[in-house]
Amino acid sequence: MEYFIIIISAIFINNIILSQFLGICPFLGVSGKSSTALGMSGAVMFVMTIATLVTYLIQHFVLEPFGITFLQTVAYILVIASLVQMVEIILKKVSPAMYQALGVFLPLITTNCAILGVALLVIQKDFNLIESVVFAAASAFGFGLAIVLFAGLRERMEFSELPEGMKGVPAALVVAGILSMAFMGFAGMV
Amino acid sequence: MKKQIDNRENFLKGFIRENPVFSLLLGLCPALGVTTTAINGLGMGLATTFVLLMSNVVIALIKNLIPDKVRIPSFIVIIASFVTIVDLVMAGYLPALHAQLGLFIPLIVVNCIVLGRAEAFASKNKVLASAVDALGMGFGFAFALTLLGAVRELLGSLSLFGVKLIPGDGLLVFVLAPGAFIALGFLVALVNWYKREEEKKGKSKKVAA
Repeated sequence: MEYFIIIISAIFINNIILSQFLGICPFLGVSGKSSTALGMSGAVMFVMTIATLVTYLIQHFVLEPFGITFLQTVAYILVIASLVQMVEIILKKVSPAMYQALGVFLPLITTNCAILGVALLVIQKDFNLIESVVFAAASAFGFGLAIVLFAGLRERMEFSELPEGMKGVPAALVVAGILSMAFMGFAGMV
Repeated sequence: MKKQIDNRENFLKGFIRENPVFSLLLGLCPALGVTTTAINGLGMGLATTFVLLMSNVVIALIKNLIPDKVRIPSFIVIIASFVTIVDLVMAGYLPALHAQLGLFIPLIVVNCIVLGRAEAFASKNKVLASAVDALGMGFGFAFALTLLGAVRELLGSLSLFGVKLIPGDGLLVFVLAPGAFIALGFLVALVNWYKREEEKKGKSKKVAA
C-alpha cells in the first residue's frame, strides 16, 4: 500500500514536470512529435531509475560514512554524467535496436535536471532503497506521461490559428499551464 | 574605444535580445519553479549569476590546461564546486531564502545557461570578455526571474517584494504551478512582440537613412 501511494503521488499528484518543474527543457524541446517524445521518455525512465539507485548507494556507503556529504552535488553530477556515458556504450553493444531508438536522447539527459532532482529528492525524503527506486521509476513514468500527452496536444495545435506573437513556445507554455491545471485535479486523492 | 563598445554590447545582449529565459528558453526549470514571489526570483537569479561569473572566469583562465576530450566533465566539476559554495553560504547566512529555493540551488549545476556559456563563450574567449558575458547573461536571467516573480506575486497575492499593495485575495492560480506556465507564456509572447517591433523600427530607420 505504501508503494502504491508513492507511485500514485509521483505520477499524478506531484508530477515531476507539471508540479515540480523539473525537466522543463526536454518537455518543451522534444515534445514536437509523439514519437520523439516517446523515445525521450524511454531514455529518461531507463537512466533515472539506474541513476537514483547508484546515487542512493553512493550517498549511504560513501558520502555518509566518510562524512563528506558536502560533496553531494559534485559527486552526483559526476556519477550521472559517467552513468549516461556508460549506459550509452553498453546499450550500443547489448541492444543495438534499443540504442537506435534512444541513442540521440542519451547525451541530452546529463543536463536534464529531473535526473539530478529525483536523486536529491529521495535523499531529502529519507526513502529506503526500494522506496527510492520505486519513486524514481514512478517519477520517470510521470515524466513520460506528461511529455507524451503534451506532444499530442502540440501536434493538434499546429493546425490552429493563433496571433502572430503567441505562435510556438508561448502558446505551448499556456497549454502546459492548462495541462498542469488538469493535473491539479488529482491533488487530495491520496 | 572599439573594445568598450564590444563589452557594452556583450553585457546588454543578455537583457532582451539574447535573454536566457525569454529568448533562448534556457534554464526554465528554476525560472518556473522558484518564482512564486519577486524576492525568490531575484535570489535565485543572483545565485545563478555568481556561479556563472565564477565558473566563466575560472574556465577562461584554465581553458588551455584542459585537454579537449575531457572538457565537458571538467567544466561540470568547476560549476558544481561553485554551486556547492553558494549552497553552503546561503544555508549559513540566508536560511529562510535557502529553504524557499530548496532543491533548485543544487540544480544550478544542470542549468543549461551555465554550461552553455562555459562551452560557447568562456572556453574560447579571454577572461575579461568572459566575465562581462557572464554578468550580462546572469543579470538577464535575474531580471527575467524577478519579472516573472513580480508578475506572479502581483496577480497571485496582490503584493510586490512582500509588500501588500492592494487589499484582498489575488488569483491563487498564479502562485500555483499552472500560473507559472501561463505567466511565462505571455511574457515570452510580449518579448517576441517587442523584438519584432524593434526589428521593424530598425528596418525603417535603415530605409530612411
